[in-house]
Amino acid sequence: MDLKQYIDLAYIVASILFIFGIKMLGNAATARKGNLLSAVGMLIAMVATLFYKEVVDYKLILAGVAIGTVIGWVWAVRVQMTGMPELVALFNGFGGLASVLVGWAEFEFGKNTDPVTQIAIYSAILIGGVTFTGSFVAYLKLAGKMSGRPTLFPGQKAVNAVLFVALLVLGVVYVMQGSAWALYAIIILSLALGVLGVLPIGGGDMPVIIAFLNSFSGLAGAAAGFVILNKVLIVAGCLVGTSGIILTIIMCKAMNRTFGNVLFGGFGAAGGPAGKAVEGEMKGVSIEDAYYVLEAAQNVVFVPGYGMAVAQAQHAVKELGSLLEKNGAEVRFAIHPVAGRMPGHMNVLLAEADVPYEQLCEMDAVNPTMNQVDVVMIIGANDVVNPAAADDPSSPIYGMPIINAHEARTVFALKRGKGSGFSGLENALFFRENCRMIYGDAKETITGLVAQFKG
Amino acid sequence: MDTLVLLLFVFVLAAFLGFELIQKVPSQLHTPLMSGSNAISGITVVGALLACGVAEGEFGKWLGFAAIILAMINVVGGYLVTDRMLGMFKKKGK
Repeated sequence: MDLKQYIDLAYIVASILFIFGIKMLGNAATARKGNLLSAVGMLIAMVATLFYKEVVDYKLILAGVAIGTVIGWVWAVRVQMTGMPELVALFNGFGGLASVLVGWAEFEFGKNTDPVTQIAIYSAILIGGVTFTGSFVAYLKLAGKMSGRPTLFPGQKAVNAVLFVALLVLGVVYVMQGSAWALYAIIILSLALGVLGVLPIGGGDMPVIIAFLNSFSGLAGAAAGFVILNKVLIVAGCLVGTSGIILTIIMCKAMNRTFGNVLFGGFGAAGGPAGKAVEGEMKGVSIEDAYYVLEAAQNVVFVPGYGMAVAQAQHAVKELGSLLEKNGAEVRFAIHPVAGRMPGHMNVLLAEADVPYEQLCEMDAVNPTMNQVDVVMIIGANDVVNPAAADDPSSPIYGMPIINAHEARTVFALKRGKGSGFSGLENALFFRENCRMIYGDAKETITGLVAQFKG
Repeated sequence: MDTLVLLLFVFVLAAFLGFELIQKVPSQLHTPLMSGSNAISGITVVGALLACGVAEGEFGKWLGFAAIILAMINVVGGYLVTDRMLGMFKKKGK
């Protein structure tokens, strides 16, 4: 056996570790170990690669690895849990850009100019480029450096379509001729497509788009694997690509929308069906009055949403939950799959605040028991509790599975102002007889309630 | 061409495997699964190492160098952040 075969064997070991790693990540008891296993797989794949006889310049490699490691390390250790969605988006984008550069570098070396390699270079650059700028726009939106609302302009769909067709034509030109100008044009246009593709996507749809971009970054890696004819890239990239697609499908189902609708819907922008006008008025309640109701409650359910993340109210919420429990109430947290800005966003925040694992319930577990619930506390959630999704066929969110908060005896909705949710909809729940609004910053409101319990 | 068919074979099998691997994921693991698999997508670092390690082709080499940095941020940051998150989940076990 020559050296190359030993390297391939090491790649097989790495692939097995990735497979087990991903499998174990899907189970709460083994997730942490799974993550570690896949990290070991990555290390093995990297070290094995250094043994290729073509690799001669170790100094530059070490410098690159050191710089990247330090930057990644510092960011990962310093990030607040509330900043998690944007950091994941940013990391994802870097992976995409790395695949672009790998494809580009292979073009510069010009070792293989057969059509298959050219197609692979094209795919790596196209998918990687879209992943990079798409993730970067998502990062800007999530970090609040850019409006989370869908950005729409006239002729947007036409521009995107032209861009897409141009990329296809350039791809054909590039594969046939291998010309540099075509490649540079492809790089620029893929970057543009990523920006324009994510601009029209609103904050509430972010869980879907982040899962999708994650899948794309894997596929970009797999494409890069075809460029350099490397099996471990193909296996690992493909695994990430497919698991990302599964997550994307889960997110779409949780909103009862197709992926195409998320991508091209421009949800929440002006126009489109608005659903039935809601009659009645929203009734406010003071913190003191809310306290008396909570104090008597035997069964309380919290429904967190993005507003809890914005207000950073998770620790206060946890404290209120503990006080309610001490007061003899059963306390649960009902978590909608698309609450927040990334898949599982609320779980991460509540885990950070040390909310007991057993109290975190999925939507399907809570809904059947909702008529026994005394008080539902809605903390910055909106569309995921809008009963119009269940009973108003003219509503744009009709058919989306919701947490049936309206079936509880009393609903307290914590909200900053009278505005509507990401979809731009009035929430029919807030107008119901059993619902009372507590206006103001969620953290201050909860802290106020905590003070009442202690005082 | 033989190599290519073999690689396509690998790709297709990996795709089916990927779909089978995680069918039922509890929602509290959605974020760790995403950021953990995100770290794996940094595997493109292998391609970057090969591009950067060569002697010839000055410009391509520097592209590889930049790719190493970016992919390593993705890899190290992704694994660490996932571990941090899962560490928080674990505390509930007691």
